Amino acid sequence: MLEINGLRARAGGTDILQGLDLTMGPGEVHAVMGPNGSGKSTLANVLSGRPSVEVTGGSVLYKGKNLLDLSPEERACEGVFLAFQYPVEIPGVSNMYFMKSALNAVRKHRGESQLDAMDFLQLVREKMKLVEMDEALMNRSVNEGFSGGEKKRNEILQMAVLEPSLAILDETDSGLDIDALRIAAEGVNALRRPDRSVLVITHYQRLLDYIVPDYVHVLAGGRIVRSGGKDLALELEEKGYGWITDGASA
Amino acid sequence: MSEALERITKQEYQYGFVTDIEQDTLPPGLDEGVVRFISAKKEEPEWLLAWRLKAYERWVAMKDDSPTWAMVDYPEIDYQAISYYSAPKPKKQLESLDEVDPDLLDTYKKLGISLDEQKRLQNVAVDAVFDSVSVATTFKKELNKHGIIFCSFSEAVREHGDLVQKWLGSVVPQGDNYFAALNSAVFSDGSFVYIPKGVRCPMELSTYFRINAENTGQFERTLIVADEGSYVSYLEGCTAPQRDENQLHAAVVELVALGDAEIKYSTVQNWYPGDADGKGGIFNFVTKRGACRGARSKISWTQVETGSAVTWKYPSCILQGDDSVGEFYSVALTNNCQQADTGTKMIHIGKNTKSTIISKGISAGRGQNTYRGLVKISPKATGARNYSQCDSLLLGDQCGAHTFPYLEVKNDDATVEHEATTSKIGEDQLFYCQQRGISEEDAISMIVNGFCKEVLRELPMEFAVEAQNLLGVSLEGAVG
Repeated sequence: MLEINGLRARAGGTDILQGLDLTMGPGEVHAVMGPNGSGKSTLANVLSGRPSVEVTGGSVLYKGKNLLDLSPEERACEGVFLAFQYPVEIPGVSNMYFMKSALNAVRKHRGESQLDAMDFLQLVREKMKLVEMDEALMNRSVNEGFSGGEKKRNEILQMAVLEPSLAILDETDSGLDIDALRIAAEGVNALRRPDRSVLVITHYQRLLDYIVPDYVHVLAGGRIVRSGGKDLALELEEKGYGWITDGASA
Repeated sequence: MSEALERITKQEYQYGFVTDIEQDTLPPGLDEGVVRFISAKKEEPEWLLAWRLKAYERWVAMKDDSPTWAMVDYPEIDYQAISYYSAPKPKKQLESLDEVDPDLLDTYKKLGISLDEQKRLQNVAVDAVFDSVSVATTFKKELNKHGIIFCSFSEAVREHGDLVQKWLGSVVPQGDNYFAALNSAVFSDGSFVYIPKGVRCPMELSTYFRINAENTGQFERTLIVADEGSYVSYLEGCTAPQRDENQLHAAVVELVALGDAEIKYSTVQNWYPGDADGKGGIFNFVTKRGACRGARSKISWTQVETGSAVTWKYPSCILQGDDSVGEFYSVALTNNCQQADTGTKMIHIGKNTKSTIISKGISAGRGQNTYRGLVKISPKATGARNYSQCDSLLLGDQCGAHTFPYLEVKNDDATVEHEATTSKIGEDQLFYCQQRGISEEDAISMIVNGFCKEVLRELPMEFAVEAQNLLGVSLEGAVG
């Protein structure tokens, strides 16, 4: 599914990723954990193609294609989805219209027919159950005036609608209370499939109580410094990052 | 970002063609003789000639008073180099559409305006004004059944002289301002509407203005009178050929709403804006004003201004009747070297009068966009309320947005609110859309469209489509 080799990237004039390697198979859930400033969000930004991040070395193969050659919208159409840490507000554009446009853009890329408003409404109603979202939010402007929990659930709803092959969750747990966290996580779990990989980026272990990963990686100093099973997350929770990252930065 | 922005903002002007048609054009220059010529050509009654001559006198007296306070920069206009009358030949009384020159019908077809009633898809009656004269008005018979008068201004002068005489200049007097005085002296045609008491006009009325001839000015005049308890929705569209020279357009629109009457006036202005380097384009100096004369009357202006090299217009409401309502919804887009100084005046005179101003300015390229508005609450306007919101959106970093809200409140009981924002299309917004599979171009359209939503939703459906095409935005997003 995804093969990252020796990835290097700069943002804001600083080298952040410094030779990152990561391989994900289909259907696998990987968690990338690490202290603040370790490059977690930069990794999400590189994979989704955010223009403010500059790739300076290494390669990323996604389904056998060079991902870095594709524009952000091409990556999205090819099935790369990023659940944003800070979902963006778009005043005056209804959430319903936004999602329908997104889905139709992806469907067009796949050579599928366009959905009209009625078809889409039916589809989105079905998906909304997953994240227990109020239909009223569909008629509001994208993310405008949404609570923190509503924004994150809206991200997971978009994931459910767009059915990506690779979903990247960037700090989806940040700013959520425990109930909102549970709902968002259950939404993600319901979307786990043998042909869909999920990359969970998080600072804290608690999200992984709900979304149980197959692999856990620790990111420090712009590289993966340790990989393991789900128990590694628990160990980190107990001991903190220091015992691993001290070694990495030395 | 800049590439898609450039593609969108550099779309070519679609209506720049010229119709090759024989025209009756007066040589350039303006003096009393020209005013008399125009009046004679139109076989006008004496009172109107006298009215024009008085306007000419006022204009001559204002010679050095052309307004300089607006934030627009343009070369001095040589009023003696302009021709003040041009009409397609032959000019005879038209009985039906079959007699309209096929070249003219073709012109309107190219503009997407069907004058053929058989092919009507929309419930819209059209008055087509080509250069200085009205060439066709559709659906007259049907409107007549309701006692509605909708015809060219010239015809109104002939057939309904008393009505015209009663209301002409009653809202915008001859000497109101420099350009209104010029228009009053030399106006050649335009549209006239009268809605009788208690009648709700069953269809949208529309005038489509087209400038064709070279070196001519267009000076049309629109007068709409809504008698007590009546309602009308009126649409106005404009285009002009692509030429290297600037052309002057100085129109006057007067609206009168009597007790409980409502007038909804919508404009999509798409005069030729000039090329990317600012060569050519229309100088658009327009005076639009409505008077809410009666109690509980309402006048609503909606405008989408995307054309012209220079736009100078302030559709205003005089709220005389108690409980009368004035509204102004505006989208102004300036691109390349375009300049717009536009806004409104809401003059509160009656008790409990209410006004709403929603202005959306979009600047791209090197465009300059100014909102200029006055809210005046007179001493008698107890209980008056105003809400103003002026938002500016910048696309790129070479354009400008300016806001000048003036407030004159002379009654302590009034409530006046003003909000203003300026924002740039954010990288974050664009990236968010792109990450969902939406192309950069579509994302820009979507964001601009969302920004204008409050205004676009005020437009009648038929016009909303045209407006969204003009803005390069998606309609569904605006009305969804």
